[in-house]
Amino acid sequence: MTFSPAARIALRVLMGLGLAVIYVPLLVVLVNSVNADRAFGWPPSGFTGHWWTRAMDNDGARRAVLTSVKAGVGATAAALVLGTLAAFAVARHRFFGREAVSLVVVLPIALPGIVTGIALSNAFQVVLKPLGIGLGLFTVIVGHATFCVVTIYNNVLARLRRTGANLEEASADLGADTFQTFWYVTFPALRSALFAGALLSFALSFDEIIVTTFTAGPGAETLPIWIFNNLFRPNQAPVVNVLAAALIVLSIVPIYLAQRLSSASRGVT
Amino acid sequence: MDDDQGLTAGRRPALRRRAAALLHRRPRLRLSLLLSAPLAWLVAGYLGALAAIFVTAFWTTDVFTGEVVRQFTLANFQTLVDEPVYRTVALRSLGVAAAVTVIDAVVGVPMALYMAKVAKPRHRPYLVIAILAPLWAAYLVKAYAWRVMLAEGGLVNEALKPFGLSGPGYGLTATVIVLAYLWLPYMILPVYTGLERLPDSLLDASGDLGARPLRTLRSVVLPLAFPALVAGSIFTFSLSLGDYITVKIVGGRRQLLGNVVYDNIGAANNLPFAAAVATIPVVVMLGYLAAARRTGALREL
Repeated sequence: MTFSPAARIALRVLMGLGLAVIYVPLLVVLVNSVNADRAFGWPPSGFTGHWWTRAMDNDGARRAVLTSVKAGVGATAAALVLGTLAAFAVARHRFFGREAVSLVVVLPIALPGIVTGIALSNAFQVVLKPLGIGLGLFTVIVGHATFCVVTIYNNVLARLRRTGANLEEASADLGADTFQTFWYVTFPALRSALFAGALLSFALSFDEIIVTTFTAGPGAETLPIWIFNNLFRPNQAPVVNVLAAALIVLSIVPIYLAQRLSSASRGVT
Repeated sequence: MDDDQGLTAGRRPALRRRAAALLHRRPRLRLSLLLSAPLAWLVAGYLGALAAIFVTAFWTTDVFTGEVVRQFTLANFQTLVDEPVYRTVALRSLGVAAAVTVIDAVVGVPMALYMAKVAKPRHRPYLVIAILAPLWAAYLVKAYAWRVMLAEGGLVNEALKPFGLSGPGYGLTATVIVLAYLWLPYMILPVYTGLERLPDSLLDASGDLGARPLRTLRSVVLPLAFPALVAGSIFTFSLSLGDYITVKIVGGRRQLLGNVVYDNIGAANNLPFAAAVATIPVVVMLGYLAAARRTGALREL
């Protein structure tokens, strides 16, 4: 290695500092959720579990969590269908404009959220309003699904390219029809890719606020919107802080799942 | 096989077999069935909506009725150029995006270098997880964490007190810090991937030829890692350019382009003008992507 001991130590210190900066804000939220001082004075004057019980009893927060889960599940379901279909078309067929499909799929997430937000909001007003469908949970799901497709598409496409069509051809040679081949050969090979994509898609949807702001009506308040609306109300601050702490703790679940998934797929290849 | 699940011949399976045979004989039919739903959603729906909003930018809003006047005019863009306040906001947004990108590069490259070339190979996956993990924590939670830390009696002020300093409070500096914090992993991960692919033998060769570490860094590592750096900067730049939530949370009264768009939709009810403002980040990003393409950065994404 070419690094001198001094350079190695310097890099190690920078890495440590960087990780500290990344994690200190998250720790502050966790500590503040049990901080007895309601204005979050630092250092904490004492500890209490009172804010957690108060947050559990908060109706608005509970409804918002439910709305977010519904939106995430709906958007992920739509994205699973659309992303898988598009990935199959691109991986297994040749056609004019094939290269452009990837671009169209990635565009909703590559453009600033506010552009996607106002474009969809405008389209909903023009197209759906005359049909009697106002802004609400349905439009939130449509908006989220639009930028979630890319997570499924990328995962499925990568898997289809890696596995190739050999197994499917073998299955057809052995007399299986198109549907049987899909159900017994292709789908099992795709399962973990679909799961990884769905996990990412749900997380994206659960976290999204900008597109949601423009596509949610007054009735559909997702968790990020609820947090944002209550962020500037001093008497709601402890409840907001508990929700933030809960979200940090819960984010361990997808990290753990993603990790198991990637180590499992490494074991296969 | 026992668990045949009714896949052998029968009344309905016969129908299914016919459909399967038809799809097998006609790949074009199969392709169009695969593509119709995604294309209807993304091309007819999403691209259509984008086109519509772009057209709207050339319309105006009637001041008295608040109705959109569907007549082609460059008035919105004229206002953007003529009014100094919009020029200031646009330049401020570009400045913030550039500052965030530079900070993330300065902080992120040494971290990526440590992960890829100094840390023991068996530690690397754990470092990657440590960098990736905060991405799963909600955006709003992280911005909120900084709001609490930057508050009057918050951690930043208390930590700086012994040195006779005080934190930046809410404002433009806070916006840059928080955005740089939020997008840092998007910079580290592509650069790490790029550096990890860089063969150690090149670094050794540079050392054998008499280059000191800094010279190796400047003449060997950075040029080879540059496309990855540009790839990371696409994220940090684009994500900063469209943001308005962080500004609302820690930015005080210093607005960015996103806030102008947001305010024109909500309070001012002037969709055509909001659409015209929104074209600025889109045009800037298209230019940025075109420039990034020349460095080969798009293959690093």
